[in-house]
Amino acid sequence: MIITCPYCGPRDLSEFAYQGDGNRKRPDQASTSQKAWNAYVYDRLNPAGEHNEIWQHAGGCRRHLAVTRNTLTHAISKVGFAGAGATRKPAPRRKPRQKS
Amino acid sequence: MREYSALSLIRNAFRGNTDWKPVWRKAEPKPAYDVIIVGGGGHGLSTAYYLASEFGITNVAVLEKGWLGSGNVGRNTTAVRSNYLLPENNRFYEFSMDLWENLSHELNYNVMFSQRGCLNLAHTPAQLDDYARRGNALRHEGIDSELMTPAEIAREVPALDMTRSARFPILGGLMQRSAGTARHDAVAWGYARGADRLGVDIIENCEVTGFLRDGDQVTGVQTSRGEIRAAKVAVAVAGHTGEVMKLAGIDRMPIESQVLQAFVTESLKPFLDTVLTFGMGHFYVAQSDKGGLIYGGALDGYNSYAQRGNLPLVEEVMSEMLALFPSLASVRLLRSWGGVTDMSMDGSPIITTGPLPGMYLNCGWCYGGFKATPASGFCFAHTIARDEPHPLNAAFSLDRFHRGAVIDDKGQGATPNLH
Amino acid sequence: MSPRRTASGGLIDRSRSIRFSFDGDFYTGHPGDTLASALLAQGVTLFGRSFKYHRPRGVLTAGVDEPNALVTVLRGDAREPNIPATMLEIYDGLTVVSQNRFPSLAFDVGAVNQLGGKILGAGFYYKTFMGPVFGPLKGTRFWMFCEHFIRRAAGLGRAGKVADPSRYERMNAFCDVLVVGSGPAGLMAAKQAASSGARVVLADLEPRLGGSANWSGESIDGTAAAEWAAATVAELKARPNVRLLPRTTVWGYYDDNTLSALERVTDHKRTARKGEPRQRHWTIRAGRVVLATGAFERPMVFPGNDRPGVMLAASAARYATEFGVLPGGKIAVFANNDGAYRSALALREAGTSIVAIVDVRAEVSTAARELATKAKAEILAGQAVVATEGGKTLSGIKVQTFDAATGVVRGDARSIDVDFLAVSGGWSPIIHLASQAGARAVWDEKAQAFMLPPATERWTGAGACAGEFSTGEALAGGAAAGSWAAGGASATDPVPEAGGAVLDIAPAPVFEIPAGGKAFVDFQHDVTADDVRLAHREGFISVEHLKRYTTLGMATDQGKTSNIPGLAIMANALGKQIPEVGTTRFRPPFAPVSVGSLAAERYGDIRPERLTPMHDWHVDNGATMYSAGLWHRPMIYARPGETVDQAYVREARTTREKAGIVDVSTLGKIAVQGPDAGDFLDRVYTNMFSTLPVGKARYGLMLREDGFAMDDGTTWRLAEDDFLMTTTTANAGKVMQHLEYLLDVVWPELRVHLTSVTDQWAGAAIGGPRAREILAACVTGTAVDNETLPFMGIVHGEIAGAPVVICRLSFSGEMAFEVYSGAGHGTHVWQALMKAGKPFGLVPYGLEALGTMRIEKGHVTGAEIDGRTTARDLHLDWILSKKKPFVGSMMMDREGMTSSDRLQLVGIIALDNRPLNGGAHIVERLDRETPRDSIGHITAACYSPVLRKHIALALVRGGKSRHGDRAYVSDPLRDRFGAVEIVSHHFYDPEGKRLHG
Repeated sequence: MIITCPYCGPRDLSEFAYQGDGNRKRPDQASTSQKAWNAYVYDRLNPAGEHNEIWQHAGGCRRHLAVTRNTLTHAISKVGFAGAGATRKPAPRRKPRQKS
Repeated sequence: MREYSALSLIRNAFRGNTDWKPVWRKAEPKPAYDVIIVGGGGHGLSTAYYLASEFGITNVAVLEKGWLGSGNVGRNTTAVRSNYLLPENNRFYEFSMDLWENLSHELNYNVMFSQRGCLNLAHTPAQLDDYARRGNALRHEGIDSELMTPAEIAREVPALDMTRSARFPILGGLMQRSAGTARHDAVAWGYARGADRLGVDIIENCEVTGFLRDGDQVTGVQTSRGEIRAAKVAVAVAGHTGEVMKLAGIDRMPIESQVLQAFVTESLKPFLDTVLTFGMGHFYVAQSDKGGLIYGGALDGYNSYAQRGNLPLVEEVMSEMLALFPSLASVRLLRSWGGVTDMSMDGSPIITTGPLPGMYLNCGWCYGGFKATPASGFCFAHTIARDEPHPLNAAFSLDRFHRGAVIDDKGQGATPNLH
Repeated sequence: MSPRRTASGGLIDRSRSIRFSFDGDFYTGHPGDTLASALLAQGVTLFGRSFKYHRPRGVLTAGVDEPNALVTVLRGDAREPNIPATMLEIYDGLTVVSQNRFPSLAFDVGAVNQLGGKILGAGFYYKTFMGPVFGPLKGTRFWMFCEHFIRRAAGLGRAGKVADPSRYERMNAFCDVLVVGSGPAGLMAAKQAASSGARVVLADLEPRLGGSANWSGESIDGTAAAEWAAATVAELKARPNVRLLPRTTVWGYYDDNTLSALERVTDHKRTARKGEPRQRHWTIRAGRVVLATGAFERPMVFPGNDRPGVMLAASAARYATEFGVLPGGKIAVFANNDGAYRSALALREAGTSIVAIVDVRAEVSTAARELATKAKAEILAGQAVVATEGGKTLSGIKVQTFDAATGVVRGDARSIDVDFLAVSGGWSPIIHLASQAGARAVWDEKAQAFMLPPATERWTGAGACAGEFSTGEALAGGAAAGSWAAGGASATDPVPEAGGAVLDIAPAPVFEIPAGGKAFVDFQHDVTADDVRLAHREGFISVEHLKRYTTLGMATDQGKTSNIPGLAIMANALGKQIPEVGTTRFRPPFAPVSVGSLAAERYGDIRPERLTPMHDWHVDNGATMYSAGLWHRPMIYARPGETVDQAYVREARTTREKAGIVDVSTLGKIAVQGPDAGDFLDRVYTNMFSTLPVGKARYGLMLREDGFAMDDGTTWRLAEDDFLMTTTTANAGKVMQHLEYLLDVVWPELRVHLTSVTDQWAGAAIGGPRAREILAACVTGTAVDNETLPFMGIVHGEIAGAPVVICRLSFSGEMAFEVYSGAGHGTHVWQALMKAGKPFGLVPYGLEALGTMRIEKGHVTGAEIDGRTTARDLHLDWILSKKKPFVGSMMMDREGMTSSDRLQLVGIIALDNRPLNGGAHIVERLDRETPRDSIGHITAACYSPVLRKHIALALVRGGKSRHGDRAYVSDPLRDRFGAVEIVSHHFYDPEGKRLHG
């Protein structure tokens, strides 16, 4: 299997670590719904066919990737960065580091 | 010619072997049964057998979408052992061991259960302590287990690299003498024959395409060969549990289907007399009666239904084998194949009533399904017949994950590819 | 002399002789010979014994499909079993022995199995050997008794028990076009692709590239085919964009056009050149693949078809043409197709006489008749071979009238006196690689063979593999495939003309001659036509059941010669067509591959070794090292004459009384940096880190998402937005990955950056009542007094000129400091500390003493945080913040994780003053004979120098409420039983007075 890392380019399977089901949505950190947490931790869609997955380019840039892969054929149809589209807070102006 | 024996072989040979009958009938589906078992693998067949033999329920159909035993009962590395860590597992697998020991007689079919022992090698002092914990856990459940010294191991397995300079020197090992191997296909065929002789209909090439429902109640199945009704529908389709449960409207399960590769070398004269595992990786090996070394390692580690693995894992497993047996570098890999395993969230199986009324579920066998075949069938049959679990499978419930009562032998948490 | 070598011809080098031995006898051959051709040239007919009946067997083929002639190659003490003689190139000094025979190949007592005959049919072992139901042999005993003998009779070659001294190598290749097979189609494909500029790899499992061109006897482009092939190979070799890989079997077709191949680099050489591996494992990532793998000829199934002297017709022709070996003198040919007539002519032209061509077809084509006339061979049309005669060599055949339409034999049998029988049952394209890639084979009624399905975007077929059986078709097909594979940009080069008889090789649909007697389908595994019918009778009718029940196709040749005949016989029994019975999916490897090649550079070097910067110092100073994961760490620094126990007790006692130093460089270290680092740590640790002042450290605990304890360690705040996290040695990688996942997937909005800095820092922990004085003596640039460096404080300074960061924290329970320096300064700083500590009695200590002191303090490590314990089980409730959510906080209080009968951490004291062992169990009632009712187990044990007792930490059911209880240690594995007291896990200085100084 070859995964095309959006940062590093096409790389062999041996460089990647499977990080599980990408269909899972983690409840909000403050959520107190036991049901939602249980579902997040234990329940899996596990489809035979197209599957949304998280892979880490562990032997490369170490970024987590959102991969769409067919579990019947192993054909990969889509790769992007996981968590893409998140809005980061603007970086603060960096204070000069104190020498210690 | 129904009964098998040396005598029947000789008698038949004189008649040119023309009197042998099919090992199981090619049954046609009836409109309704008391119990339908979805899945004609080891567990489905043993369940049918014990339903008939132990619980008197013979109006049973086993539905198999392809050929009998085409799933993991025909793809595993044949090891049978009960050397787990946690008591729930130990008791269950030891019960299985008891059934194994008499299985060939019970089925009148030689499943070639060979109690040649299973030796787990330890390579660090911490691992020796770990194995001692496990071995003592077994002894406190009345299961045989012993620690072996390097000298004893060298005598038992002469080709092992026992040098202190090995990358991971062998410091000792945990041996279960009663463990061993069985002929995997024969287990499926033996149970099929046994169940068939008690009146069970075994129906191949019959794919379940949906469940018949009356409200929540499951009342039967739709199949590629028509509708079949039953008061009780039992599902034993490890590897494809998620897909079959989706047909019943349950779209998420605490299971991932992952590919596990297995390997066999060319036939060799006797080389290895036990089942052996490597402690610094995930590797196990035994020698078949035909002479091939049968071995495997970790999962490829991703979801797959392709029954096909990839090269990095192949290379990893081979290097592990040579770390133990450097003389095997010049021996040749003959075949490799992949099986689809039901990896559960704690590495332990599920045998339960439900999750819908009228339904019964047997799944989540991870790597360990083959050795469990007799106990799984027995306990599942009990669960189906009595509508409540046998004490030995009570802990293997579906709700244990949400309750936090996991049975996590490896302590890896809800990460299926690490179990 | 070579009785069966032709006077001239062939592609062997007759100018040189090679001496080799087979079963202790010496023979000679020539460069270019295989073991099979060289022995056949010497008149050897007996090569091996079959698997089950130990029947004498000769050579059936000339290639990788060989089921019979398997041998063991000896290289010094190393053994390489089950090598086909047809694939083994001879070299001076080659030493080969036959296998699966006792005492000798010519006289094998195992042949007695043949007397078992029909009793030993398919699956007989499932029906017997169960043994008595009662008595001493009940259960599995009787079977295991029988199995002992069955195992010894089965198996083929014997594996060695000494390490294989060979070196194996891995190579990665990237190309636009991979061409598999170098026959006319493959050569044309490579040539075409290369001329359009593509990067081409051309691999062939034979040593001599050219495939059928080397023995077809045809002409290509007006010259002898072999010469055309040689010229084309030379042309390709000269191109910079082509890599030729002879002796290279492409055996695996994995996802995304990743193919694996085995190159036999030096197997054909007596000695390797410097740096040459024995074999090379290629991983080839190809843009497109041209499969030009050819076709296998099929045998016919008839009684006695396994006798030495029966060979596939094209293989016989190949021995004659390519190797200059006459496999027989008086030859009969038995065929169901026209192709065999070409083989007959080749044999005739090499100097044999063709006595008869027995053809199952009543009608024979004109083209074939012309070839028979040239071969001076009589055609026996509408007839079949029904028996063979002879022992370890062939002396004659019997022929009868045969009706191909009904498959019935009739009339009288006629004997024909021959010493060799060439058989052809049609051709099967070699579609294994495409099948591995997921292609489903398509049955072709005319060719009576499974063919490739239409090509995909990734691969195409060419030549016989794609049903282009004539050389002319193959050349054209190869050119087209090469052009397509290179992107189809340039026009095709002119395709050369092929000269030779154009034959329709489509066979009559005859696979078996049912004439009574053992007729073999799978030669190696001794599966007969009757076995296939028995499988049918017993209901094993699906192709997979057939395979598994009879072992058809499971031998080392993997059914290359047996699959189709077996299927055909089953189809016939079922009254179905062959495709309705199905075909098995081919899986890697195409042909057996050495385990060593697959391990490649990992053979003898399975894992990297991780050494701390101070490793050499430890070794030089008497440390006994042991492995902890990939790391090597000091266990003890024994003084002369000390036992392990004496050494660690001394080290621990000295540390508590004076000072000790331990290498902690293996701890995982992660730089957690960024404006949101504090917030992030609050989410992943159970306790607060955002409130930690700069210049201070704090102990932290992480849970998994499922609420179980995951890892612990201290994290230091070096600046407002800069934390240094430490993890346990074992979990360093796991924690890093966990944090990266959370940042990438769950909280991408957090401005945090993670860097693994485990290898960048060297760490030394120095502890004991004199530790501060030692630091004061060598640290410059900062004070180390209680005010400047309070408990959990951090200072920056220098030791012997090297910058260090010092944090005052303690694992041993003494006042202690972790001194971190750049890895390159590690040994320098360590030595400076040792020097400064000498006047104070400082000793280095290893993991045993470290473990002893942590047990005395009741600190947990991986033995207790074992993936199954909760924070509460380990008395870490105090660190579970109630002010904020954290990973696992919503999962840790579920019913299964809070019940009072969980295993909980306790201390154990041996009341009999004898050592305790890790892994021993704890019971309430002692029963040495039948140990039972375990309530927990010891996780770590030691002799405590301060308590002068044998103590341990343990996980005990409901342990928190058992303090003060009497219990027993029960360790049947090591025969250690005795009374213990359950106590708090804080054995030593529970108030922590010592570490606060």
